[in-house]
Amino acid sequence: MMTDGSASDRPVIDAQKVGLTFQTADGPVHALKDVNLRVLKGDFVSFIGPSGCGKTTFLRAVAALEHPTEGRLLVNGMTPEEARKRRAYGYVFQAAGLYPWRTIAGNIRLPLEIMGFSRPEQDRRVKDVLQLVELEGFGKKYPWQLSGGMQQRASIARALAFDADILLMDEPFGALDEIVRDRLNEALLKLWARTGKTIGFVTHSIPEAVYLSTRIVVMSPRPGRITDVIESPLPRERPLDIRDSAEFIAIAHRVRDGLRAGHSYDD
Amino acid sequence: MRSVGPVLAVIAVIVALWYAAAVGMNAAWVRDQAARAGTEVSFLQIVPQTMAQERPVLPAPHQVAKGLWDGVTGQAITSKRSLVYHGWITLSATLLGFGIGTGLGILLAVGIIHNRAMDQSVMPWAIASQTIPILAIAPMIIVVMNSIGVSGLLPKAVISAYLSFFPVVVGMVTGLRSPDAMQLDLLRTYNAGRGQTFWKLRLPASMPYLFASLKVGIAASLVGAIVGELPTGAVAGLGARLLQGSYYGQTIQIWAALFAAAFVAAALVGIVGAVQAAVLKRMGMAR
Repeated sequence: MMTDGSASDRPVIDAQKVGLTFQTADGPVHALKDVNLRVLKGDFVSFIGPSGCGKTTFLRAVAALEHPTEGRLLVNGMTPEEARKRRAYGYVFQAAGLYPWRTIAGNIRLPLEIMGFSRPEQDRRVKDVLQLVELEGFGKKYPWQLSGGMQQRASIARALAFDADILLMDEPFGALDEIVRDRLNEALLKLWARTGKTIGFVTHSIPEAVYLSTRIVVMSPRPGRITDVIESPLPRERPLDIRDSAEFIAIAHRVRDGLRAGHSYDD
Repeated sequence: MRSVGPVLAVIAVIVALWYAAAVGMNAAWVRDQAARAGTEVSFLQIVPQTMAQERPVLPAPHQVAKGLWDGVTGQAITSKRSLVYHGWITLSATLLGFGIGTGLGILLAVGIIHNRAMDQSVMPWAIASQTIPILAIAPMIIVVMNSIGVSGLLPKAVISAYLSFFPVVVGMVTGLRSPDAMQLDLLRTYNAGRGQTFWKLRLPASMPYLFASLKVGIAASLVGAIVGELPTGAVAGLGARLLQGSYYGQTIQIWAALFAAAFVAAALVGIVGAVQAAVLKRMGMAR
């Protein structure tokens, strides 16, 4: 395990006054400003907001793919760079990004090969995660033989294979149709319940954010900042029809209000 | 195979035009001969004579075919008059040069994508090298290598390599850089090293580009080997055969050698294509 159990009350992600400014030809762009957030172990945190609000930038900063220019950002009590080197998280991108020259099993094996797992251990883990994302029997197929939804499930399996505690997902279902997205959301909640991972999830869909999350972080652009953090009162066990409940609608409403408030001055 | 019809039609048109051109271009000589002998020739008498000359301006297709056939099957393959003999001399230089050029091209491409200094310094030289006419540089390579005691196969292979490394460099640099930012980010999240990124992502991703380059490169290699044979004193090889033909006005021999070179090139490109299909199929990239 990458983290020590003793610090279970320590936040998994701890952002204090985090700011990130890109220097561009048109002058500085404030992608993030004064972001304060604590994510605890086992949380399912969604980041929602219009494009340019910095939600993806924040997730990438957690993954040490971007570097904050201000404030302090800790992942598992370490700098993001250290956490990345210790392979503390699995990252799921918007596109599945499977290698066309590798089978599904081969793609899932990729991080395991890089991290130096033994061959029998690789095989065992590939089998386990394929089961977890309900893709048993597809290991020998090539990516192009699978639908978009199945490819994205394979990419989630790839992120889970090395058993990092944190799963960072950047609009993983953004390119999929609504029906597939519903099924994958349901499957993701089951997976989260089974594995107990801490999940950071970027989306621009209000129902998706409300359905999945224990906490919803509403963000707004120019400069990218947090405008509201909503603790979800919904139970952890969530059937799809919970979306018709009054509670669900109330949270969705609050998210929408938050988004509208952040947006008001710019159109 | 619905494309057979159109292909045959195009070939038929080319052959017909060729015959027409042969009649037109060779007729002058027939008329001269007739004028010298003080006889009159009608058009119908001219036509067959234009196709049976020993040194026609433009040999008719069947003459070239016969010259090619005689050159390939009519002689022992060790004979100096055998196209197989000359073809093999050229082919061996082509293959060696292609091997050297491909290896060099891949090495340079790997250097270029991993080293900023190489990126900025090598590419301009590689481009400059290809703007120099190969006909100007080939004799110098032969002479310089001869003076240090290297002759025969290797100088020709060097000229081949000189022509074939370039498409490989260009193709491989593009191919090795083809993985997008997301693919590279993914490997960063695994904390993969440069070597792992190269072997697991960049190299496999570059394969389609490599084979496209190899097809250009092997044809260029053959051109290089033939050009390399022109200044060697016309001893052996398809290039030598071309040069001898032009010395003695043996147009049929020139055309036969040209077609032999064309068939060799087509076969080489075909082989590269077959290897490409097999490799990509094995990698699961062919659908």
